Amino acid sequence: MSDHNYVPSTKLAKWFNDRLPLLSLSAHLREYPTPKNLNYWWTFGGILTFCLITQIVTGIVLAMHYVAHTDLAFASVEHIMRDVNYGWLLRYFHANGASMFFLAVYVHIFRALYYGSYKSPREVIWIIGMIIYFLMMMTAFMGYVLPWGQMSFWAATVITNLFSAVPLIGESITNWLWGGFAVDNPTLTRFYALHYLLPFLIFGLVILHIWALHVPGNNNPIGIELKKPSKDTVPFHPYIVIKDLFALLLFLIVFAFFVFYAPNILGHADNYIEANPMVTPNHIVPEWYLLPFYAILRSVPDKLLGVIAMFASIFVLVILPWLDTSKVKSAIFRPLYKQFYWILVLDVLVLGYMGAMPAEGTYLLIARVATTYYFVHFLIILPVLGKKEKTLPVPSSIMEPVLGGSPNPNTIKKKELYS
Amino acid sequence: MSDQKKPKRRDFLFTASYAIGAVGVGASIWPLVDQMNPDKSVKALASTEVDVSSIEPGKSITVLWRGKPVFIKRRTQQEIEEARAVKLDDLKHPEKDEDRAKDPEWLVMLGVCTHLGCVPLGDKGEYNGWFCPCHGSHYDTSGRIRKGPAPTNLEIPKYEFVNSNTIIIG
Repeated sequence: MSDHNYVPSTKLAKWFNDRLPLLSLSAHLREYPTPKNLNYWWTFGGILTFCLITQIVTGIVLAMHYVAHTDLAFASVEHIMRDVNYGWLLRYFHANGASMFFLAVYVHIFRALYYGSYKSPREVIWIIGMIIYFLMMMTAFMGYVLPWGQMSFWAATVITNLFSAVPLIGESITNWLWGGFAVDNPTLTRFYALHYLLPFLIFGLVILHIWALHVPGNNNPIGIELKKPSKDTVPFHPYIVIKDLFALLLFLIVFAFFVFYAPNILGHADNYIEANPMVTPNHIVPEWYLLPFYAILRSVPDKLLGVIAMFASIFVLVILPWLDTSKVKSAIFRPLYKQFYWILVLDVLVLGYMGAMPAEGTYLLIARVATTYYFVHFLIILPVLGKKEKTLPVPSSIMEPVLGGSPNPNTIKKKELYS
Repeated sequence: MSDQKKPKRRDFLFTASYAIGAVGVGASIWPLVDQMNPDKSVKALASTEVDVSSIEPGKSITVLWRGKPVFIKRRTQQEIEEARAVKLDDLKHPEKDEDRAKDPEWLVMLGVCTHLGCVPLGDKGEYNGWFCPCHGSHYDTSGRIRKGPAPTNLEIPKYEFVNSNTIIIG
């Protein structure tokens, strides 16, 4: 927070601001200098904030009608769908909102990967972001259990059983998580309590995430550190606010399409069957946003190692700022990294697809190759690439390529076209 | 400066306060952690009585015990022979069928895959026993793991025959 020269215009405002500088904070947020070359991939931070607030608001009103008990949960969700005024709308917004939230967070994460936003001096922003991502997965998982359908029950069983892989104390851990000897009512009530709690923790971490962002300022498509404020920056309000709102509008079209035209397409029909501890559905899969991790879990033939591989696949992301040794941030100036980046995107998509397929035959083989490549990318390619890659010359400011003397041939060509 | 190295009364008080504080925090956290463990009402439901008189050879029933399914299978002679003919070296988790089924005709075990807790399907899989649809574990006619990610055999609960028609599990 760099601006301390804000003076409120009225006496009353000054009196208040001297006691609690909320007006200074608001002035900081409006004037916050933002790189002028931010593209639409940078609008997903705002979209994610919208998603979080939507989930919290719809979640609180759903909680007014939902009953967390194994005998009543399934019926209370149907009660919401059929009897509660606009209950169907609220539930479909909440359920599809989770998918939209993850869609946006994946774009947000992959934008950071492409433009090197996780690198110094933004490592703390990145790590907080990864904690938020992990809490999002936990929240989504526990929320999925609440309707107490077949998928809810068996997702809860499979995921909590991951902890039974821990040597010696595995069984004690699972019994502690369940509050019994299997997933049952005590499990449902605690998942409900935590599902209500975690979004507020996420909200707190989002504030830290933004705070940590406002210390060095935004990264930008060419990945250079800027002087702020300068000719390279624009104030957050109105420039970025308007751009974010426009992007949000487009995003809401996609959101509304799912809510109103295909509200169940991302779910599983089995979850409209009430939970039955005696029968496992023939083909159980997690929600789409967890599929890559599920594929990694299943591709390892050993139980404990599979669980370790799955958690490791998230942990490598946390330590990414130190795995990527390249000083150049943006993939625009890293011709080789750019190619490996797209291979990684493809690899994660393949893992997602394999996670949805049965773990046998060719599917299993492809999943194993993709899992191996995922770790090779982060643990071998990135550290080596940073040392070996010949990067393109990086401009010293955002304005430089526009005003001439650009080392980037593409921008020179464009400039010639327009002159 | 030399007298700084010697612990003073104040250092002792600090250390003692921190120690008591840590014990106090630990003691107040424990109830918050332990409340999540299985409670008395859950533990009270520890045994189930099952009438098995109507099960034909080759058939099995599934009953619920402690919230988990239990398979009670009346095996055919062929299934018993198949289970007893397996060499222990071929097993991932070596256990004799004789130890798993005291009365060879009756196999009583938890219907919970030891991988991630799904319910395996009966009379399926490459070993004519059980097959878990979730992640592809194959169990033989003794419920022993033969292929797939599950680390151990299907668990045998504590059970006994009260009379020739009734089993009590737990």
